[in-house]
Amino acid sequence: MPEPGPIVGTSPIRKEGLAKVTGRAQYVDDITLPGMWYGATVRSTIARGCITSIAYDPAIDWSQFTIVTAADIPGENTIIHLTKDHPCLASENINHPAEPILLLAHPDKNVLHAAVEAVHVTYEDFPGVFTIEDSETGAAGDTSKVVWDHRGHGGSPNTFKTFLMQKGDDPLADSALQAAFQSADFIVEGEYRTGAQEHLYIENNGVIAEAFRAPNGSLDSITVSGSMQCPYYLVHALELVFNLPAEKCRVIQTETGGAFGGKEDFPSVIGSHAALLAMKSGHPVKICYDRAEDLIATTKRHPSRTRHRTAVSRDGKLLAGEIEVAIDGGAYATLSAVVLSRATIHAPGPYHWPHLTVRAKAMATNIAPHGAFRGFGAPQSLFALERHMDKIAKAVGLTPEELRRRNFLATGDHTATGQHLTDPVDMQGLLTRALHESNYHAKRAEFDRTNLTSTIKRGIGFAAFMHGSGFTGSGERRLNSLVKIKITPEGRPCILVSSTEFGQGTNTILSQVCAQTLRIPYDEVLVAQPDTAIVPNSGPTVASRTAMIVGKLVERASESVLATLGLPPHSAPLLSSRSAAEGSASPLDEPSNYTADQFRTTADQFRTTAVAYLAAHGSLTAEARYEAPNNIFWDDDQYKGDAYPTYAWAVYVAEVTVDTLTYIAEVKNFHALQDVGKVIHPILAKGQIEGGVAQGIGYALYEKCVYVDGLMRNNQMTNYIMPTSADLPPIHVHFEETPSIHGPQGAKGIGELPMDGPAPAILNAIEHATGIAFTEIPLLPEDIFERMSCTPVGSNEVGGTEDFKPAIDHDTRVEANA
Amino acid sequence: MTTVHFKINGEEKSVAAPPMKRLLDVLREDLHLTGAKEGCGEGECGSCSILMNGELVNSCLVPILQAEGTHIMTIEGVAHLVEKNEKLHPIQQSFLEKGGAQCGICTPGMILATHYLLDKYPQPTLLQIQEGLAGNLCRCTGYMRIFDAVQQAGRQNLTTGVAE
Repeated sequence: MPEPGPIVGTSPIRKEGLAKVTGRAQYVDDITLPGMWYGATVRSTIARGCITSIAYDPAIDWSQFTIVTAADIPGENTIIHLTKDHPCLASENINHPAEPILLLAHPDKNVLHAAVEAVHVTYEDFPGVFTIEDSETGAAGDTSKVVWDHRGHGGSPNTFKTFLMQKGDDPLADSALQAAFQSADFIVEGEYRTGAQEHLYIENNGVIAEAFRAPNGSLDSITVSGSMQCPYYLVHALELVFNLPAEKCRVIQTETGGAFGGKEDFPSVIGSHAALLAMKSGHPVKICYDRAEDLIATTKRHPSRTRHRTAVSRDGKLLAGEIEVAIDGGAYATLSAVVLSRATIHAPGPYHWPHLTVRAKAMATNIAPHGAFRGFGAPQSLFALERHMDKIAKAVGLTPEELRRRNFLATGDHTATGQHLTDPVDMQGLLTRALHESNYHAKRAEFDRTNLTSTIKRGIGFAAFMHGSGFTGSGERRLNSLVKIKITPEGRPCILVSSTEFGQGTNTILSQVCAQTLRIPYDEVLVAQPDTAIVPNSGPTVASRTAMIVGKLVERASESVLATLGLPPHSAPLLSSRSAAEGSASPLDEPSNYTADQFRTTADQFRTTAVAYLAAHGSLTAEARYEAPNNIFWDDDQYKGDAYPTYAWAVYVAEVTVDTLTYIAEVKNFHALQDVGKVIHPILAKGQIEGGVAQGIGYALYEKCVYVDGLMRNNQMTNYIMPTSADLPPIHVHFEETPSIHGPQGAKGIGELPMDGPAPAILNAIEHATGIAFTEIPLLPEDIFERMSCTPVGSNEVGGTEDFKPAIDHDTRVEANA
Repeated sequence: MTTVHFKINGEEKSVAAPPMKRLLDVLREDLHLTGAKEGCGEGECGSCSILMNGELVNSCLVPILQAEGTHIMTIEGVAHLVEKNEKLHPIQQSFLEKGGAQCGICTPGMILATHYLLDKYPQPTLLQIQEGLAGNLCRCTGYMRIFDAVQQAGRQNLTTGVAE
């Protein structure tokens, strides 16, 4: 039944919800095609070296198998992301553990495990590079440590990408920055590190591929179905591997059991592999990794090291900053350059810096390539910044709150890239509300008192941050996204987009926007399965761009449908002939004020009009293509301009306990306040924030990828620990809804934002609880034990925050003395 | 091969399978009941959860031999047909309304874990819910919407008696 009232801003049931709660939703491993075979991958057992021989154990009857090596690739042996350094299958050189060398397919999946073990590969083994520091040694000239030197790329060895971001156009910017350091009252330095993080979607990566031959036997086309975020990325990868035109590479997204960035770039690898086996075997081939293989072979969040050097005045004004960001990209370039870009732009946070230089680099190591993961570089650099802000506060003698208040960006300010903030920005108000909602001040005082006599230390801390919505810089211009709405024979709108649903609510929110614009019930709107043979390229489902960018295009395409049908647009009166005749809209004419009956009336009117149009004209498909706002400009060379159309802004507050007997740190309460513009679907939006906060808590306190010689050794859910329902605190979600002109009904991006704030808020709270300034995540009990039991009591000099006398609130004391 | 007899979602079944074949694989491959998912294959994630004689078990850890003579309920048996129309179980309805399902891959297992929990505690406390669902991992929701859904289903128990 149609629901009454407004649509955007309410919480209708998710489009594919019924299939999910009844177990009928078809994920790729639930699908079996006639004659389908199963694929498996033979992987390197070393991190770096050369293949010297491949032998097949005679105990196996290999004639029953299809075997694919690099020599079988009809096109280029590359997985295209931003460059072509990443081979589809290793043929000579090995650059990371578990690198794919050879593929096997067989009708019985149960024989594959033994067959993979029966392919014996020998190597000449070279020493590997596994840390950013070792990689830097290679970049600086130690040729024994050069592990990536892509010909024609230019730049330094081992260096995928560098950025230099400098505030201001002044050619003397650098000397002004140095002068600011010379005159500063305080110079505060710090180094911060974050570890790799696994997405741990509950559905592993998986695909089914089919290859079709022309009558003359030549390869005609490829179809890959599977779990993924970005069908057109895979189309592009297949074009190169198979030397086929795009229209011969069809990609279909099946129901996707979680992604978080882990199914952005990787499906290009597994999709190409399955398609090669399908081509050679003549059968559809399914490859679904088990958990152990998914964990060693697929991407993780980039580990990072960020160094801050900050000039601060006595009254707590940031005068100048030098920030160095280094991320570990793993063995191949994949998306590291764009991850680094977002890390660079988010490194200065929501603060005004008179002078600022950010130097950033993505380095190569002999670890499986790191890739996209919710937040995409921002969680790394914002962790460093928001820990560093607490350090500066301590050095200057201000509270963490007051230091930030003296430096927040506000409406009309310019960011470090020179972006003029025209959308309203109210960090002061967000901070006030977040501290109020979390009862921060009272709790801080209470914990200071009770910690003196308790073995369980309690603390409260916060982080202030922002996340840019949509692709960075000129990315949206290049994507040139296209959305279509096709009217079905029954007169219902069907949204055609390549934007995928993987739990975050794409199908639902786009339907809400369409329904609201057309003034028809939500249930009337259909969403096509993302199939590149049918849907246009609305861009990848990444970068917190779907609600804002694609949503806006759906809104525009819906308006175009109305115009074609001769129905009045959103703001004009529709129902009341009286007000239409008078040419003025009454409040009732806003769709948000419609009653259920009025929606049904407009739905009937829409269907009748649409069916009549189809009878007269045959078909109706409306489209909308991205048009960059003419006041948005980005200069890739100078790294200046409008980095994002707009930002979501947030303040997160974490309350923790640290048990000084067991060294376990736990989050006991969490408040997440954000301005994401208009909230399209409150329940889905809260779900996004809560899920992101949970991942952020895992990132801070639980989730550690243990690498030995570049190989993830804890590649099981048994020993890679994500939060369970028993581990999480209450997560209180609060929204401010300042509309942005860039999104439908004022919506901004939301998906990645909640990944940015939890880790620094939690470590800030742990510092409050223990007096220890931890600088690295994940922070496990053994790390806390190490610091609390083995390190001598630190001094409290300026710039040093080590202090093991628990429960002394330096901030309050300093403030009281001031 | 061993022939194993059991009742699944109310129907008698016989399956010939190697005795150590996982119940999960028998469900998915032999019976084409693909609602139970494999997330880890080692009993950590709970996405293969089913009810066996009313007990919540990870079907990836159960050899089919052990299913002899049991009553099994999978997600496919949770909803009922009422005059040819599907009627969702109140738990399913609550998961829909409260946003308890996002990507959906953990949802079948989560719903069966909830079913088991509400059988034990018709109106569970938050702590009982947190502990009762701790064997079922969800990477999307942060669990808060799931707690809401379980509580709503529990409230329905209060008004309509114990869940069907």
